[in-house]
Amino acid sequence: MTAETVQEKEVGRARARKEDARLVTGQTNWTDNIQLPGLVHIAFLRSPLAHARITRADTSRAREATGVIAVFTGADLAAEQGSLPCAWPVTPDIVIPQHPPMAVDTVRYAGEIVAAVVARDRYAAADALEAIDVDYEELPPVLDMEEALAEGSPKVHEQGNKSFVWPFSNGDIEAAFRDAPVVLERTYRQQRLIPSAMEPRAVVCAPVGDEFTLWSATQIPHVLRVMLALVTGIPEHKLRVIAPDVGGGFGSKLQVTAEEVLALLIARRLGRPVKWTESRSEGNLAVHHGRDQIQRIRVAAGADGRLRGLDVDLLADMGAYLMLVTPGVPLLGAFMYNAIYKMDAYSFRCTGVFTTKTPTDAYRGAGRPEATFAIERVMDDLAAELGMDPLALRERNWIKHTEFPYTTIAGLTYDSGNYEAATAAARELFHYDELRKEAAERAAAGDPVRLGIGISTFTEMCGLAPSRILGQLAYGAGGWEHASIRMLPTGKVEAVTGSSAHGQGHETAWSQIVADELGVPFEDVRVLHGDTFVAPKGMDTYGSRSLTVGGIAVVAACGKVREKARVIAAGLLEVSPDDLEWSSGRWQVRGDPDQGKTIGEIALATFAAHNLPEGVEPSLDSDATYDPDNFSFPHGTHLCAAEVDTETGAVRLRSYVAVDDVGQVVNPLIVEGQVHGGIAQGIAQALFEEAAYDSSGTLVTATLADYLVPSAADLPAFVTSRTATPSTTNPLGVKGVGEAGTIASTPAVVNAIVDALRPLGVPDVPMPCTPERVWRAIREGAAR
Amino acid sequence: MNHVSMRIDGVRYDDDVEPRLLLVHYLREVAGRTGTPVGCDTSNCGACTVLMNGVSVKSCSVLAVQADGAEITTIQGLANGEWHPLQRAFHEEHALQCGYCTPGMIMAAADLLRDNPRPSEQEVRDGLEGNLCRCTGYQNIVRAVLRVAGEMAGEQAGAAS
Ligand code: FES
Ligand code: FES
Repeated sequence: MTAETVQEKEVGRARARKEDARLVTGQTNWTDNIQLPGLVHIAFLRSPLAHARITRADTSRAREATGVIAVFTGADLAAEQGSLPCAWPVTPDIVIPQHPPMAVDTVRYAGEIVAAVVARDRYAAADALEAIDVDYEELPPVLDMEEALAEGSPKVHEQGNKSFVWPFSNGDIEAAFRDAPVVLERTYRQQRLIPSAMEPRAVVCAPVGDEFTLWSATQIPHVLRVMLALVTGIPEHKLRVIAPDVGGGFGSKLQVTAEEVLALLIARRLGRPVKWTESRSEGNLAVHHGRDQIQRIRVAAGADGRLRGLDVDLLADMGAYLMLVTPGVPLLGAFMYNAIYKMDAYSFRCTGVFTTKTPTDAYRGAGRPEATFAIERVMDDLAAELGMDPLALRERNWIKHTEFPYTTIAGLTYDSGNYEAATAAARELFHYDELRKEAAERAAAGDPVRLGIGISTFTEMCGLAPSRILGQLAYGAGGWEHASIRMLPTGKVEAVTGSSAHGQGHETAWSQIVADELGVPFEDVRVLHGDTFVAPKGMDTYGSRSLTVGGIAVVAACGKVREKARVIAAGLLEVSPDDLEWSSGRWQVRGDPDQGKTIGEIALATFAAHNLPEGVEPSLDSDATYDPDNFSFPHGTHLCAAEVDTETGAVRLRSYVAVDDVGQVVNPLIVEGQVHGGIAQGIAQALFEEAAYDSSGTLVTATLADYLVPSAADLPAFVTSRTATPSTTNPLGVKGVGEAGTIASTPAVVNAIVDALRPLGVPDVPMPCTPERVWRAIREGAAR
Repeated sequence: MNHVSMRIDGVRYDDDVEPRLLLVHYLREVAGRTGTPVGCDTSNCGACTVLMNGVSVKSCSVLAVQADGAEITTIQGLANGEWHPLQRAFHEEHALQCGYCTPGMIMAAADLLRDNPRPSEQEVRDGLEGNLCRCTGYQNIVRAVLRVAGEMAGEQAGAAS
């Protein structure tokens, strides 16, 4: 190789993904595919009632059923099952109730596990569930947050229905509201959602002696390993956790679940490998749900539209128990209500409430979609109140691109952004002025199909997270990420990442980063993840953190490899390390580029190790752990045009334009895919999805026939584009993209619907905006 | 127990099965063809879609005994030496993320194109209505299917000239 061979940069290329080869050919390794000699199957009996005392559980008939190996109740496991962990005690006086993986005497939501059958195959296990007799004494369900907090409400837990109150304020909120020319007050309901990753959860656990391997469809193999060790007392070094191919997560697999703990305990009891795979209808009951908040938001503004103050009072439904990060989810939103806007004062209060429903926890966006929805809805309403164009109102208040870095009223320092550029680009792609004109004409003509335009100029915080900030927020772990680079003797590279992927394309994106950092071909890099024996350190994948934290750890580890290689190359070339310069995968002598060694040659030299410089260890392998200094703040402008049929309430999305600024892009194909999928999930909240309970606390949307995940026929094509304002807080300039679309799109869609109907006296439509709800809102508007 | 005999991805299988055994469980657990996953229990998601005698079916809504004598093609039998055009297009158009829906999506798309070789975008969207994807927002899936339709039309035009 000569010095002239300059490799094209990999970062920025639209590389088709490496992981696809197994995914498009059916060679994927889902947890449920795993077969082991002697494997037996677990099925769980779940409470049909929302709230009840267990008075009797008789398993004798089930034990006699064909193929049944064992049956367990909560009483059988009470001494060893511990309590499922909550890692985020957000206040010193938070109520964290005991949460046994299998209910012992009381059930607090429909779907809670009350017994387990272990049988030779899954059909036999399911059959035997029917032979278990459980008697319950019904207790009153607690379903409504406001009623739950009222005096005299039935209690979900002994300690009451309030888990915590978390306040934040900055600036003089009373002064901001006093004599404000405009004050708006709104209440929004974030309906309960079911994350609905397409792969149902599954666990396989194999004991060998006193050591255990646990495969799980999880986002967090590393966190899971630590937590399983703490909950069960199995020493951490005797526990290996593997997340094989995982079919989507969206937060739902960011959890330490009852089923994982129980599979481990049952495998230990039986001394043989066990498997559990959930059905979709079981999952809808038992996988943690998302959102479910009541948001009271007040905003004070000047007559010119300048924001003075913002006051948010939040009720957040925890469900029956606090799971891994349940209480922290609404607090992630606390820093985002002020969004991209400047204001004088901000006050936030969140009350965590227990109800007899499935626990809630992280779901794509976790706290930020809720906050963004409320502020962006209010901005549109405020514009209407003031008779201003809603984009002009935003522009009056947003942080100008010349003002970064900017410390917001919520105390975060936004490092970079350019809201003007993203908005200008979106406006043009959308044909904003033409559509506004058409909407006005149709309204004036009394067209029964109205056109509305919805806006969302969002930002979010990702790259979770600087460990020191997590500490201030009482989170139980750090926010760093780990990577290691292993140089093989033939010059190939293994890149080990602690961030375990489940659809995000790490194997491809990390290969691109390593290719650039080490000057090796993209094809020569293999990315390893998701197995605590292969990748022993990690904080896993959530909160759009993989690239902004994990990707930077990869960069740092590559830097260490290069520095080790430099010393060895200097020895081989008999020059001083200071005389060498790095060029496209090669250390070469400055001023004499023909003299050099490629990284592959140096790797081979360390393998032989015959003539390395004195005292130099024969290895290039390097580790790095990266803890970010700050979050990153992607932003963008999403515009939605919706046609609303005022006679039927049907909503048709006519066009959707998204201009996102996620900083530098490693792989535009992957970024665009994330944006598409994110928008779709946000639209799903706006129009289709709701986890609904009846008055007895039974989930009535337990199947995909009732819980309406949209299909291709339900969604439009999206127009996407990007502006690129690099993050200044990491060496790649990246910001994260996994949640942006979901955060942005829900308010854009609902704003469009309300914009279409505002002339008809409709101030709001509750989500999901089904035809029936839209139709009702129109009738109520007419009656006003 | 009932005896079933079927050809799966070109290989003949003979087994005694419980009459209630679903075809998808037969494929996955008896025949060891785990390329076809299960995503629901109400025939809504389409993850389990395979071709039965050339026509797409949701293999969770067919009993193994109903497939007796049938020719089954799964995602694992689609490539013929080289990837099927749909596999290639899904890869190149980035029509998958986690990939859980992908086997079913590709099999459903194969059937859709057999039925309607020149679909419009809306026809692709409507034709794939029974297959849910939580990751992609469908845009690139639609693009991949339209691309293959275009390629097939191009080949036909080429062959005719
Ligand atoms: S598994 Fe067959 S349709 Fe869902
Ligand atoms: S790619 Fe994940 S469900 Fe479709």
